[in-house]
Amino acid sequence: MKVVLQNLTKKFPGRGRKNPAEVTAVDHFDFEIPDGKLIGLLGPSGCGKSTTLNLISGLQRPTEGRIFFGEEDVTLLPPEERGIGLVFQNYALYPHLTVRQNILFPLENLKGKDKLTKPQMLEKALEAARLVQIEELMDRRPGELSGGQQQRVAIARALVKMPRVLLLDEPLSNLDARLRLQTREEIRRIQRETGITTIFVTHDQEEAMSISDMIVVMNAGVVQQIGKPQEVYDDPVNLFVAKFLGTPPINVFEGSIQDGRLYIGEDAVMDMEEYEGEAASEAEKVQDKEAGSGSGRQVYVGIRPEGFILRQDGPFCCQLAGVEVMGRDISVVSTNKAALAPAVRSIISTEDREKIHGTQVRFALRPRKVFLFDKETGERI
Amino acid sequence: MKIKGKKRDYSGWKSWLYLLPAILFLGVFMVYPLIDVFVYSFEEGYNSASQTYFGVGTYNYSYVLHDPYFLQAVKNTLILVAVTVPLSTGIALLISVGLNSIGPLRNFLQTVYFLPYVTNTLAVGLVFMILFKKTPYSDGLVNLLITWFGGNSVDFIDGPYWAKMFVLCFYTIWVVMPFKILILTSALASVNPDYYKAAQVDGTSKLRTFTRITLPMISPMIFYLVITGFIGAFKAYSDVVALFGTNLNAAQMNTIVGYVYDMLYGDSGGYPSYASAAAILLFAIVLTITCINLLVSKKKVR
Repeated sequence: MKVVLQNLTKKFPGRGRKNPAEVTAVDHFDFEIPDGKLIGLLGPSGCGKSTTLNLISGLQRPTEGRIFFGEEDVTLLPPEERGIGLVFQNYALYPHLTVRQNILFPLENLKGKDKLTKPQMLEKALEAARLVQIEELMDRRPGELSGGQQQRVAIARALVKMPRVLLLDEPLSNLDARLRLQTREEIRRIQRETGITTIFVTHDQEEAMSISDMIVVMNAGVVQQIGKPQEVYDDPVNLFVAKFLGTPPINVFEGSIQDGRLYIGEDAVMDMEEYEGEAASEAEKVQDKEAGSGSGRQVYVGIRPEGFILRQDGPFCCQLAGVEVMGRDISVVSTNKAALAPAVRSIISTEDREKIHGTQVRFALRPRKVFLFDKETGERI
Repeated sequence: MKIKGKKRDYSGWKSWLYLLPAILFLGVFMVYPLIDVFVYSFEEGYNSASQTYFGVGTYNYSYVLHDPYFLQAVKNTLILVAVTVPLSTGIALLISVGLNSIGPLRNFLQTVYFLPYVTNTLAVGLVFMILFKKTPYSDGLVNLLITWFGGNSVDFIDGPYWAKMFVLCFYTIWVVMPFKILILTSALASVNPDYYKAAQVDGTSKLRTFTRITLPMISPMIFYLVITGFIGAFKAYSDVVALFGTNLNAAQMNTIVGYVYDMLYGDSGGYPSYASAAAILLFAIVLTITCINLLVSKKKVR
């Protein structure tokens, strides 16, 4: 089922004298979610991603805009008539009911022509339980299950009615690191097997990037960028998106463009020709040159940790602060006066370890991992 | 090792020291009197002034159990318990659910419903007098209403037994309600709203949400209220005095606690042995009911 959000806006009225200002939680959200895809809504807390989910589920009504499931306008439908499955952050499993009773609960609510007989219900519940591999836990209560198992029960309960759209609110945030890795694969598998359009909300970019077909990065109610995870990572539209995606996060420096060269501090780290590469069209190059040639344009320079190459004669010089060994590769922590953060992190392979000595490290940069942003707007140049 | 052992002894000694005031207090004012009452209840004709008695046996129990006043008191108490505990809990639940689901005026109404709790029992008794009592000048507010609707006026305070029992139950329910509402509204408020959202998404009807989700979630609190309600109703006395005065046997409105009091200090009093036997019987009844309650709640409440 394709889900279309048209101009979706949610405003919350100001409350009392203390915060009289109206809050816009979701601001003119336009998006068409293709059928059968797994979509990650990603953003820092308070960015409106949960509100978006609530709007799609029908638990909240939009101030403006419309929501379509397929061709059907569901904007004014209550949640129970939308055909959605919703998994809550804390799972919201009924603690006094067994796993089986929990999964049966939505089926027992069906009325009229949809009403099922008891054996049919049990059959469906077992089917859902099998899908999430909890059939041996059916007679336990939620309190007797681990977090990961509870999560599966919650997904089974959401899936048992075969919803048109499955919504997951921070599905992994209550799990420990190892279980999180396992469960996100599980969610991916379940979504593939059922083919149900799934939207999930997370603040963890790694989680979103690893399993989503597409990610939607939001900030302060406004959609920043929509795209395939790798595309968004490789081609962020603005500084916010660049900073939000990636661990360790991108390193941001104050820089300037002078005479076709990019400067960070005193170091001319790169030719602009290299940065623009073959992707940019000739027209853009000319435009950029005109804009850039004016007596040193001030920019923010974002460099991904993997964008550094350790080289003795590299143009970019940093003060070495330490080396963190991470097994597969090492992370060089250094400082630079032009950097916005106190530490600059670069990931290099372990073989280059012996190249580090003294108090300075010199890097060359991989042009594709370097992004320039306008200093005022934060937009990508 | 030596130091370790010494340390442990020291801390044990210390903890007993900390417990001492409470133990002394409980021992002198609770455990000793309890044992004493138990002993008195088997001593025939015990006289507290001369500290003498005739013999030891179950005569006191036999007397109390054959005393029509005691049987009347037991009957009254049982009716009171059976009527007020379920009714007050049920009505309090309805009001709490109502309070929980309204937005505006909620705090105001919560305060209004809590007012009887902080009002003096005797003052409330006075209000009920005005509502129900017949005086040379008026028949009371309730009788005014009854005659307005074409009924015959009833003397609720000095009239037939059922009328007096009605007033007593009404009064008791009204008095215990605020506490129950307080407990239940906070129990309802502590239910995670996600459960309701989940139920809503699954298309659960309001009634089913209430019976299948809300009730089980707050069942521990309901059982707490039922158990304390039973105990409280069994101990009813001051409310009865506030309504019907001190000559309760004549009014046929005595309760078990009232009977115990009358046996000790009433006009026909001065019988600590009978009072003790009655008190032990009350204790046995309350203990049994509470045990049954706990057994049931263990099965029903998670």
